[in-house]
Amino acid sequence: MSVLTASEQSPAAVDLGPAAALSCRECGERFPLGPVFACASCFGPLEVAYDLPSGDPEGLRRAIEAGPKNIWRYAPLLPVPADVADKPNINPGFTPLVRADRLAAELGITGELYVKDDSGNPTHSFKDRVVAQAVEAARAFGFTTLSCSSTGNLAGAVGAAAARAGLRSCTFIPHDLEQGKVVMAAIYGGDVVAIEGTYDDVNRFCSELIGDPLGEGWGFVNVNLRPYYAEGSKTLAFEICEQLGWRLPDQLVIPVASGSQLTKIDKGLRELIALGLVEDRPYRIFGAQAEGCAPVSRAFKEGHEVVRPVRPDTIAKSLAIGNPADGPYVLDIARRTGGAVEDVTDEEIVAAIHLLARTEGIFTETAGGVTLGVARKLIGAGALDPSLTTVVVNTGDGLKTLDAVAKTAGPTATIRPHLDSFREAGLA
Amino acid sequence: MSVTVRIPTILRPYTGGQAEVTAEGATLAEVLADLDRNHQGIAGRVLDDEGRLRRFVNVYVNDDDVRFADGLGTPTPDGAGVSIIPAVAGG
Repeated sequence: MSVLTASEQSPAAVDLGPAAALSCRECGERFPLGPVFACASCFGPLEVAYDLPSGDPEGLRRAIEAGPKNIWRYAPLLPVPADVADKPNINPGFTPLVRADRLAAELGITGELYVKDDSGNPTHSFKDRVVAQAVEAARAFGFTTLSCSSTGNLAGAVGAAAARAGLRSCTFIPHDLEQGKVVMAAIYGGDVVAIEGTYDDVNRFCSELIGDPLGEGWGFVNVNLRPYYAEGSKTLAFEICEQLGWRLPDQLVIPVASGSQLTKIDKGLRELIALGLVEDRPYRIFGAQAEGCAPVSRAFKEGHEVVRPVRPDTIAKSLAIGNPADGPYVLDIARRTGGAVEDVTDEEIVAAIHLLARTEGIFTETAGGVTLGVARKLIGAGALDPSLTTVVVNTGDGLKTLDAVAKTAGPTATIRPHLDSFREAGLA
Repeated sequence: MSVTVRIPTILRPYTGGQAEVTAEGATLAEVLADLDRNHQGIAGRVLDDEGRLRRFVNVYVNDDDVRFADGLGTPTPDGAGVSIIPAVAGG
């Protein structure tokens, strides 16, 4: 069939490092490496299975520490060729893990609190991590056009990565995104198509496009390249542990849109334990959603194993996925680790954006406001233990969602250019 | 009631490679049963052992996700378009 042309290559011709096969997360059936994403037997999502290095954790740790200051230091644990650092890519990662003592004091946290600040990536969101993986998979499978359905951040990351790698890009976004994200998606010169509908409509459109001759030869980073793409989020787990001195945090608070990032951070932590790179001890994972799009939070609170879709209505547009495909796995992980999934209102999101900026000098986008807002709510509810080591993941830059805080952040005073006028303002 | 059903790539081996087929039925359940009569085994890929929609498959009748409607009981008016799509994560 035409859309499977690339997968008809011999698996032996595909060099994706330690990646050995694709494995169905539902039924366990295995498939050769290729641009496929759903199990032919049960529709379950496929993920990468590895032949990971074993037996010498000290040697592996030293090799990682000697690697480049980006995600490719973890190349032995990712579906990428060994020479990945020599290829043109956006090379994201190794972003700061900020010790947040002033924020901790405001929140009543007595243990260590950190913010994993992914706004420092090349296009200012964590999406660069996943797209960088997808670029390598696209190269391996011979795609020349990179595409995606996006809530905004992803389209920017795809545009930038395609430009650097010399690929064409054509990305699809909902028509009502924040201007900052639209500009960022378009500036890299690729095609950006705004679709009259929600993200879920865009996602559906792309899923249909991929099965049509119109999409032939296209690598959709979050559809047919998704098994490889999603692995990029593991690097958040790897970095957090390495930056803590090869130590697991006790608690992580992570935003939930499709749920992919949270599930892959958990996978990354489990791989580090399996490889002997960190001590095997319990950790708890908490998911964060906006009240206006909280299908996973609702399912968690109601004790369900499946997630009923919702129609999103929130300022946190990058989390506005009403039909989150990895939602069931988020529920599994939160329950397995003793965590929770919680949601906050738009007002609480804005308040949390201000709180992080005011205490730590980090300007987060609305998704980060959701995450911190939920952390704050969980502490208040006693669900998050304030005496433990906690990491809050900030996935994007506040400059992308200026509208959310434009009414609550502005000049304190407007004065004439005279000392008297400044004195009258009472700010000295 | 005759409807058009869009078939995802991974189910096209059941339809001889066709991306679109027609089926009869007044509800989604009837359409899937008719689909299975003409393309034996296809319904077992969309439904689990208890006859429910598998959790990683999305089905739309025209533009509506059937999980917002009546699930397998969702009406399929004459001329409607039914799309079967694997769920994908990531935004």
